[in-house]
Amino acid sequence: MPMRHDGDDAVVPPEGPSPPAPPAAIELRGINKSFGAVRANRDVSMTVRAGTIHGIVGENGAGKSTLMSILYGFYGADSGEIRVAGKPVHIASSHDAIAAGIGMVHQHFMLVDNFTVLENVMMGAESGPLLRESIEKAHGELTRLATEYGLHVDPGAVISDLPVGALQRVEILKALYRDARILILDEPTGVLTPQEAEQLFRILSALKERGVTVIMITHKLGEVMAITDTVSVMRRGRMVAERATAETSTEELAELMVGRKLKAGVSPRAETVGAPALAVERLCLRDRYGVARIDDIGFEVRAGEIVGIAGVSGNGQSELLEVLSGITPMTAGRIVVEGREVSVAKPARPDEMRGLRLAHVPEDRQRRGLVTAFTARESSILGYQRDPAYNGRLFTDYDAVDGHCRDLMERFDVRPPLPGIISGKMSGGNQQKLILAREIDRDPKVLLVGQPTRGVDIGAIEFIHQQLADLRDRGCAILMVSVELDEIMALSDRILVMFEGRIVGEVAIKDADTSTLGLMMANAHEGASARGGTSGAEPVA
Amino acid sequence: MSAAPAELPRWIDIGLIPVINICLALLVSGLIILAIGENPVEAMAIMIRGALGYGEGIGYTLYYTTNFIFTGLAVAIAFHAGLFNIGGEGQAYIGGLGVGLAILAFDSTLPFFLLLPLGILAGAAFGAAWAAIPAWLQAYRGSHIVITTIMFNFIAYAVMVYLMVNVLIKPGQMSPESREFAAAGQLPFMHEMLAGIGITVTPTPLNLSIVWALLCCVGVWAYIWRTRWGYELRAVGHNEAAAVYAGARPRHIVVAAMCISGALAGFVGFNEIMGVHHRLLLNFPAGYGFTGIAVSLMGRNHPVGVVLASLLFGVLYQGGAELAFEVPTITRELVVTIQGLVILFSGALAYMSTPWVTRVWRALLAWRAGAAAAEGA
Repeated sequence: MPMRHDGDDAVVPPEGPSPPAPPAAIELRGINKSFGAVRANRDVSMTVRAGTIHGIVGENGAGKSTLMSILYGFYGADSGEIRVAGKPVHIASSHDAIAAGIGMVHQHFMLVDNFTVLENVMMGAESGPLLRESIEKAHGELTRLATEYGLHVDPGAVISDLPVGALQRVEILKALYRDARILILDEPTGVLTPQEAEQLFRILSALKERGVTVIMITHKLGEVMAITDTVSVMRRGRMVAERATAETSTEELAELMVGRKLKAGVSPRAETVGAPALAVERLCLRDRYGVARIDDIGFEVRAGEIVGIAGVSGNGQSELLEVLSGITPMTAGRIVVEGREVSVAKPARPDEMRGLRLAHVPEDRQRRGLVTAFTARESSILGYQRDPAYNGRLFTDYDAVDGHCRDLMERFDVRPPLPGIISGKMSGGNQQKLILAREIDRDPKVLLVGQPTRGVDIGAIEFIHQQLADLRDRGCAILMVSVELDEIMALSDRILVMFEGRIVGEVAIKDADTSTLGLMMANAHEGASARGGTSGAEPVA
Repeated sequence: MSAAPAELPRWIDIGLIPVINICLALLVSGLIILAIGENPVEAMAIMIRGALGYGEGIGYTLYYTTNFIFTGLAVAIAFHAGLFNIGGEGQAYIGGLGVGLAILAFDSTLPFFLLLPLGILAGAAFGAAWAAIPAWLQAYRGSHIVITTIMFNFIAYAVMVYLMVNVLIKPGQMSPESREFAAAGQLPFMHEMLAGIGITVTPTPLNLSIVWALLCCVGVWAYIWRTRWGYELRAVGHNEAAAVYAGARPRHIVVAAMCISGALAGFVGFNEIMGVHHRLLLNFPAGYGFTGIAVSLMGRNHPVGVVLASLLFGVLYQGGAELAFEVPTITRELVVTIQGLVILFSGALAYMSTPWVTRVWRALLAWRAGAAAAEGA
């Protein structure tokens, strides 16, 4: 991933044994933590040198988040020692962590939506019962931090009006406002455009130059290579390796994470594509305030091709999938699936779309793709619960459902292969495999798939990509929405870029590169109208 | 299932913890009884004996249980669809009206074996209709069902008073009651049925409707967990977005679930009107609709749990009445307080004891593991 940042000289390999080495910012020794029978952290030791950017990589469930949660006081370790700046500390709550100078930016932002930036930053750190004094203090401090680190956010802006890039800056400001000298970031770039990510990296470099220590949890190895000084690799609760970033490679890190060699890429693309299986014409969706969420778009997906939709999340991709799958009724335009026309006058609900052999792997598996309280068996027929294959005249045949679920689990390597497990207790990757299995199993003509591998670990990503490629080779027309450009580039035959509900660009895979797509995603490419709407798209240096 | 030991086994979760909660409630009740100068152990003994110690007591206990099963199931099925139906009281009232009207209309023309299903259908239809209005308002107009169902309780009271005083009253009497049903319109009492096979028991209001209550439990269980409609109902209750994705129609399901719920609550009228009073009258729901919320909560919204919780509340009602009768200083109000404490501890504070039970369980596991290790060594 060509992730460039302008402080290359700052990324020096770890220095040799310089005379009186300053105490490490963080030292973890022999941390153990079990959740019941699951040993999330086993004898984990790690040293983070002050003033460096330290990456922690590992698959889902490798124990990275647990480790950071222990450091931030969400969980107590079963045993082990934490030292901050050389001194042993006892961290029993996030309060203790903040007192020790540790700040954390969570993957899911912890902000009050209807508060202003200023109110969010000072919340919980007010200097007295009356707010006036706190507001003045916070205002001054925010201005100082903004100029010092390049963390520009309007203090008076209400959170719900801000784009994600800005929200992340607010989270960082919150930590710095509480005098954090050590900043933990959990999957910080998951929701950002490449440009926003670069901006984040500039901020992190500025923080580092001023002596702040940064710990970054991520699964994107390209970013680790671009920004960190040192990287620790976790696997199954253990710390399996620590490398100076300059002395390692993405291949080595990936292998360390998974514990085996990964196959390179998916099978080659099919040469021939068939007739259009899904056609979209002048499709519009206005929300109840009259705002166009999908704004007059049209495209086709042919049998045997994968069309990728790139874009910063929130630019209409989610709505597009929901309209195409029949969940949300469109407000204008038409869709043709397998010769059947769907329009405002002739709507089709999700079960009818399914009847047209259009399958849908939703973006948000926890919220839509399955019912977390259901057993895997029950989730394995979600959407097909009325299928005669599982029903008698009155009663559902749970033996048949059980057999179906076992079969899916076996073929798609869903672990644990127990139909009785509660869906919500399966890991994200296995939930996703079960959903994908359910949708692919019917051999659909059209597959809509949103964020196929969000929050899924590397081994499962490889598997899911291969499944999608196989399905395409069997002649299915696949429309894939993803915020991961790498994924779009790896699988798509054509790429459409969405911005503010419109399709602002189409690129064939052979002409696609990350930077052009990134600019299109921010609507800042040549020929785009004026400046983009997201304030995350500040002028790129 | 990868049950981590940190989780409690099912028998503790659904068996032991409710028992602990009831014991806590009784402990606090005991302290109150002690404070007013009575012997709590004796009071408890009177209660238990009053509810289960002799034929008449058992009959009354089971008669109350019947009503609680109906209202408990009503709350439970709505709850599975993510709805909080606190209008059981009104639905029971209107359900009873339906039973009464149907029997009054046909008791002189139809035989019992036709009036029985007619009574059931009428109670179900009227109860369902009364629940359908708030359901429709919630599904299509966004009025919150908790607010509307409770308002419909008041409307039901008012409607019933109007009808009984002005329309359905038997002419020439003071009390607002209809005429008595003909014998064909009366459910047989349990003591009558037992007498038929040669067993003599004291007459009580317990009647055939308890059999219907138990059948309803089986039906509700099968509907919720064994049919595609129940599947969609639960999907809507747990996660509406996923239900929509699956092709379910949440609005239809909200209305359907509330209709079933209202029908079940309406069967209180079946028990009371056709089974006990044999005439239409006022105030027969007597709070069963509200207690059904506690029954359902305590029974974890499962039919088996509902039956057990209904039995408990039956015991509390009957034993409490006996207690207030036997011990003059323990008034009816105090009995209601005891019932309230049971509801409080097993409903609102249901999870209070869970943390320390978990701790004890873990300590026990660790001790056992230690002992096993020592043995193995």
